[in-house]
Amino acid sequence: MELQVDGVNVFCATGGKDFDPALPTTLFIHGASFDRTVWKLQARYFAWHGSNVLAADLPGHGRSTGAPLKSIEAMADWVTRVLDAAGVAEAALVGHSMGGQVALDCAGRHGARVRALAILGGSLAIPVNSALLDPAAADDHLAFDLLNVWGYGRRAQLGVHRMPGLWMMRGGLRVMERAAKGVLHADLSATNAYDGSAAAAAVTCPTLVVIGEKDLMTPAKAGLALAAAIPGATHVMFPGLGHILLEEDPDATLDALRDFLIPLQT
Amino acid sequence: MAADPKYFKPDTLSLHAGQRPDPVTGARAVPIYQTTSFVFEDTEHAASLFNLERAGHIYSRISNPTVAVLEERISALEGGVGAVCTASGQAALHLAVATLMDAGSHIVSSASIYGGSHNLFAHTMPRFGIETSFVDARDPNAFAAAIRPNTRLLFGETLGNPGLEVMDMPRIAEVAHQNGLPLMIDNTFATPYLFRPFEHGADIIMHSATKFLGGHGVAIGGVIVDSGAFDWEASGKFSTLTEPYEGYHGLDFAEEFGPGAFIMRARAEGLRDFGACMSPGNAFYILQGVETLSLRVKRHVENARTIIAFLEGHEAVNWVSYPELTSHPDHNLAKVLLPNGCGSIFTFGIKGGREAGRKFIESVEIFSHLANVGDAKSLVIHPASTTHQQMDAQALEQAGVGEDMVRLSVGLEDPEDLTDDLARALKASQRS
Repeated sequence: MELQVDGVNVFCATGGKDFDPALPTTLFIHGASFDRTVWKLQARYFAWHGSNVLAADLPGHGRSTGAPLKSIEAMADWVTRVLDAAGVAEAALVGHSMGGQVALDCAGRHGARVRALAILGGSLAIPVNSALLDPAAADDHLAFDLLNVWGYGRRAQLGVHRMPGLWMMRGGLRVMERAAKGVLHADLSATNAYDGSAAAAAVTCPTLVVIGEKDLMTPAKAGLALAAAIPGATHVMFPGLGHILLEEDPDATLDALRDFLIPLQT
Repeated sequence: MAADPKYFKPDTLSLHAGQRPDPVTGARAVPIYQTTSFVFEDTEHAASLFNLERAGHIYSRISNPTVAVLEERISALEGGVGAVCTASGQAALHLAVATLMDAGSHIVSSASIYGGSHNLFAHTMPRFGIETSFVDARDPNAFAAAIRPNTRLLFGETLGNPGLEVMDMPRIAEVAHQNGLPLMIDNTFATPYLFRPFEHGADIIMHSATKFLGGHGVAIGGVIVDSGAFDWEASGKFSTLTEPYEGYHGLDFAEEFGPGAFIMRARAEGLRDFGACMSPGNAFYILQGVETLSLRVKRHVENARTIIAFLEGHEAVNWVSYPELTSHPDHNLAKVLLPNGCGSIFTFGIKGGREAGRKFIESVEIFSHLANVGDAKSLVIHPASTTHQQMDAQALEQAGVGEDMVRLSVGLEDPEDLTDDLARALKASQRS
């Protein structure tokens, strides 16, 4: 689904179903230098279970044109304009990592637009150290490799993908490699600069925080702190999973999202 | 100092990729899931599996847990986003072609390929409206010149069959990509231990897993691996991957699966509809081979070098063709692309031509005369009368197959026993 936002094309996968204005909408927001395809199974599930799906490519990512946005706040504001362009008054937001920061900020500052909030691999702050920022600034492939091995749990680095025959360690890398030069550094800089404390305190919608026990990027302790900072939020923690838990165990992730979001669709 | 990503290394992946100890039984080895089908949790779970909303197994024609371990393992070793195993190497080639293109399409292929692959392209695929132009494996310009508006694939083998022509893969990949086309490579002869085509620009890899990957000669199988690097949407030439597919409720594979579009369609359509799947038993056998791939291929290469040195000094041998020899036309390229060896399959010319070749093959005792390569046991064949016998004289010449050519696949036996066997057979071949 192509939308026009701020004069540039925004692409949203719809999970294989046409957009129906009569249905509730779930908007999926990907992480740094990723794109909509990280939500492949979850997006299809919700699209075929009573919800419109907008699995959005952030500006400069995937099939969306334009330059990457420079701050989490700018991305959160952009989300509201995506909803405007789609004719959606309010949506459930599902965000992973940087996308979780975007969803959190949007829910905190634009509460009227957010029906429910689910954050995977999230934290109030995601400090990014120079070992990653420096190669990202130089568009050095090392930055992708580091994100890859720090992102997937060590157990997942030997595979056993739930989708038969897929090799996780290359799949995630290829998605990142498709991003234009400078995108990863822009995303990581935005992530590094963001503090979600104020937004978290302002969230009023039902919220779920999904945590990977072995997450190196947003450690489980930080995920628990995020859940504690959001009024009324619940959390679920998956043993053994790392930061890219939505691909490491797509079914477990989907079950958590389904149990949380489907009852809120009616 | 820059941080080290600390990826698992190939020897570790050969043993562990795609598998963990069974959580229920504790089985350390990969279990053989000898079952046709898999029980659904409930009707909603079933519907979600069929609609690609959930991951899992439905029916062993489409996927199977034992086969999936092998698929992940080969994908890991080759560096791809995913793989699909097939009933044979030929089924792998057919699956890739059928996934990429429709009737009216065209392939540009190296002329120096396995005779069965040549036959599929030259004689069988035209019945389904897919034509192939064959070009010199060594000439990137010939690949470029043969490309037509309806071309959808460039194809070749890392090491040509049987002349071991070394493809200049970086240059041929560049030709492919400049024309919005993928390059598919048959990496059977090299294996990922000696050469990883994705690191040199290839987009799809196939193997006859029957050969070195298994290594034991007990199981037929094939595999295709997707690099995930080719941008099907940017190319605009692959409607099977970038337009809604009614066979899956309008699923657009590139839109929803991104880098995995090709391999997802190959399974979702190709295994479902064509059905040339690998059996779990064969996957298990081939996995046993993959566990020791690096050890075996290293020894294969060492033995091949010993045999080549022996043959080069033998009076009944006219020539030996192996890229590590300075006499081979691709010697310099092989030094760059294949520094750890060029496999253990090579050819030599026997003095006395066809008749001497016949006597030689009938005199060996350790080497087995059969139509296979890449076995732990040493093998010998006369290509002009067997693997390449469907080719006419012109095609034989284009493929570099002469009547005096004998092909050896050197195994893992003691090299002295092998040279003794060859010495006796060569002596017999020269008797009048």
